[in-house]
Amino acid sequence: MLDRTYYDQADEIVKRYGKNERFLIPIMQDIQEVYRYIPGELLTYVAEQIGVTRARAFSVATFYENFSFQPKGKFVIKVCDGTACHVRKSIPVKEEIMKILGLTEENNTTADMLFTIETVSCLGACGLAPTMMVNEDVHPNMTPQKADELIEKLKGGEEA
Amino acid sequence: MITSKDALQAVRAEAQEALASYDCRILVCSGTGCIATGSDKIYEKFVEICKDQPGIALEFAPHDGEKKTGVKKTGCQGVCELGPLVRIQKGDKTVQYTKVQIDDCEEIFKETVQGDGIVDRLLYRQNDTAYVAPDEIPFIAKQTRITLENCGKVDAESLNEYIAAGGFSAFEKALFDMSSDDVVAEIDQSGLRGRGGGGFPAGTKWKQVAAQKEKDRYVVCNGDEGDPGAFMDGSVMEGDPYRLIEGMMIAGYAVSAANGYIYVRAEYPNSVRRLRNAIAELEAVGLLGENILGTGFNFKMHINRGAGAFVCGEGSALTASIEGKRGMPRVKPPRTVEKGLFAKPTVLNNVETYANVPSIVMKGASWYRSIGTEGTPGTKTFSLTGAIQNTGLIEVPMGTTLREIIFDIGGGLKSGGSFKAVQMGGPSGGCLTEEHLDVPLDFDNVKKYGAIVGSGGLVVMDEGTCMVDVAKFFMGFTQRESCGKCGPCRIGTKRMLEILEKITDGNGELSDLDKLEEIGNFVKTRSLCGLGKSAPLPVLSTLKNFKDEYLEHINEHKCKAHVCNAMKTYVIDPEACKGCTKCAKNCPVNAITGEKKGPHEIDTAKCIKCGTCMDNCPFGAISVQ
Repeated sequence: MLDRTYYDQADEIVKRYGKNERFLIPIMQDIQEVYRYIPGELLTYVAEQIGVTRARAFSVATFYENFSFQPKGKFVIKVCDGTACHVRKSIPVKEEIMKILGLTEENNTTADMLFTIETVSCLGACGLAPTMMVNEDVHPNMTPQKADELIEKLKGGEEA
Repeated sequence: MITSKDALQAVRAEAQEALASYDCRILVCSGTGCIATGSDKIYEKFVEICKDQPGIALEFAPHDGEKKTGVKKTGCQGVCELGPLVRIQKGDKTVQYTKVQIDDCEEIFKETVQGDGIVDRLLYRQNDTAYVAPDEIPFIAKQTRITLENCGKVDAESLNEYIAAGGFSAFEKALFDMSSDDVVAEIDQSGLRGRGGGGFPAGTKWKQVAAQKEKDRYVVCNGDEGDPGAFMDGSVMEGDPYRLIEGMMIAGYAVSAANGYIYVRAEYPNSVRRLRNAIAELEAVGLLGENILGTGFNFKMHINRGAGAFVCGEGSALTASIEGKRGMPRVKPPRTVEKGLFAKPTVLNNVETYANVPSIVMKGASWYRSIGTEGTPGTKTFSLTGAIQNTGLIEVPMGTTLREIIFDIGGGLKSGGSFKAVQMGGPSGGCLTEEHLDVPLDFDNVKKYGAIVGSGGLVVMDEGTCMVDVAKFFMGFTQRESCGKCGPCRIGTKRMLEILEKITDGNGELSDLDKLEEIGNFVKTRSLCGLGKSAPLPVLSTLKNFKDEYLEHINEHKCKAHVCNAMKTYVIDPEACKGCTKCAKNCPVNAITGEKKGPHEIDTAKCIKCGTCMDNCPFGAISVQ
């Protein structure tokens, strides 16, 4: 059971847009921005509020790759594997991060809830390939070694 | 508030006068690329330096009789790889600095802002020539900029700067000097074709929407630039957001729509921020909303963020997503112009298409037709990346050849590599090779050779790229992104990917190539939407142009680019090996044996080809064959 604050937060977000099914996606995006994931119970609540069935809300949430029902880490690392990054060797960067954080494709969030690793298809900074994004900051010209250093820095509590 | 034509003109005159009162502007590039290399900190540093100086204005200040220096954040200045980029604009002189570091700011300020000197080491260099003015840099000089006209020159977050640069003149002209039909006719005559990939004539779409019986209509902008390797639309949205909005407002006027939607990719937070800022500013002055400029024209803008589904770049999937549904394409007809967003008539174009509209309205269809080719007038933006010297954002007339783009503008291949192919159009496109270097690029020509212009991603590849791996890479992408609605795409892409994996794993058979072609053609002709129809193109195109590489993988188990892991054989050169035993100690599967101080050997049967030995050898004695 989620505590009351979650529902208050959801009410506030729903109010921001209005009770209409077409706002389902922006509402979910805002909820995810606050909690870094979408708690399933909360989505059920939102569905009722805006008048769509629970099945419909979950079908939309699961369709889009960005929505997660699993809590994500404080730092969401998106390693770009777009064409430019791929030909400039982005995979070794990703493998290095997964190795030092002990993560796999299935288990992509660290136990201390600090890091989540994901692959994205293009961050739009192809001139600086390979790139990766930590939360909203793009990091250019990555190498496995630079990734090591960045992870250490983030662990040390510095901002990305 | 700007509530009439006179008021708009007064604001423009005032803004132009204010702009002219700046005798020096420090323009810090604030595109995604430069922010990534730290341009925000450079901006802050300049602000700090300027803080205690008299006559410096950070915000766009009205003209008060004083000459001022301004510090501004602009959109993409073009040569992303050399960021952070800074331009110093003094009178009609502009200096372009590259790779500016925090420690350089003081010097730039003293030398170039306060004095008339130049910090030589920060200039752009090519073939031992240093270039001062951005327009002289070959990379920029050889371009024709229409949609990117303001990009890198104006403050992307200031409506007044946009207006001073001539912004909203086209909207004003459309609203007061032209009827809706005139605008549609102008766009139609200009021959503007949709820049999102298909190249469908924009005028035809506008005409069809304008002719619908249903009066509730929408203007939608596809900013879901999902092709990996493409960032042109993102650069326009973040570098000149007002221009895109002006283009959409003109479209709204032309087809009598009252609402515009921009669908922006989730991976472009910077674009979302700037567009939101622009819309808020326009609403505040009354250029968006009810009764715009007192003409009775109403127009509202909305922003929808994508949620990570490539298929939403397809029209009907995109509109479904805005409606709050799963972004899946539907069977057509009815087409988007009849039943688009909320089942109403909808003009759907991409960012670059709308960004062309203000210039066409302003300068006329015949001006536009004078640029580009007969079949495809105008320019095209490309993002030039991969194994090329100058990566970045370019805009060239349609009909420019690949040779001009790659060698004249792009400066040739990176570190002297030799040209192998260029991949155009991302996962929906194909490869062009050496023999296509002199083909004038436009929608129709490129199609003839099995590629597409697409949205404009140009990824240059050299001999270090394995074409089978590239095909597998794109197939992996489309297979992941297939929405699953129709069988040919869902199942076909999966089977094709499996075959490609089999080949790169070294287990390929000759019959696999026939299967790839057969399934590819099936998926291409039977899929429901554009994503599925074009998904096999990267494979079919590499099969056609690089069949020898496929054959080499199958017959000889060789990948000459040394990309496919299964084909690699690591060998130790007995002459160079000093017997330090480092490789043997690091090998995770104990595949390396040898006496201390004697040459070592790799047991290829045990080797898992991880490359650890090669990375660790202090003598460079290990190589891949």
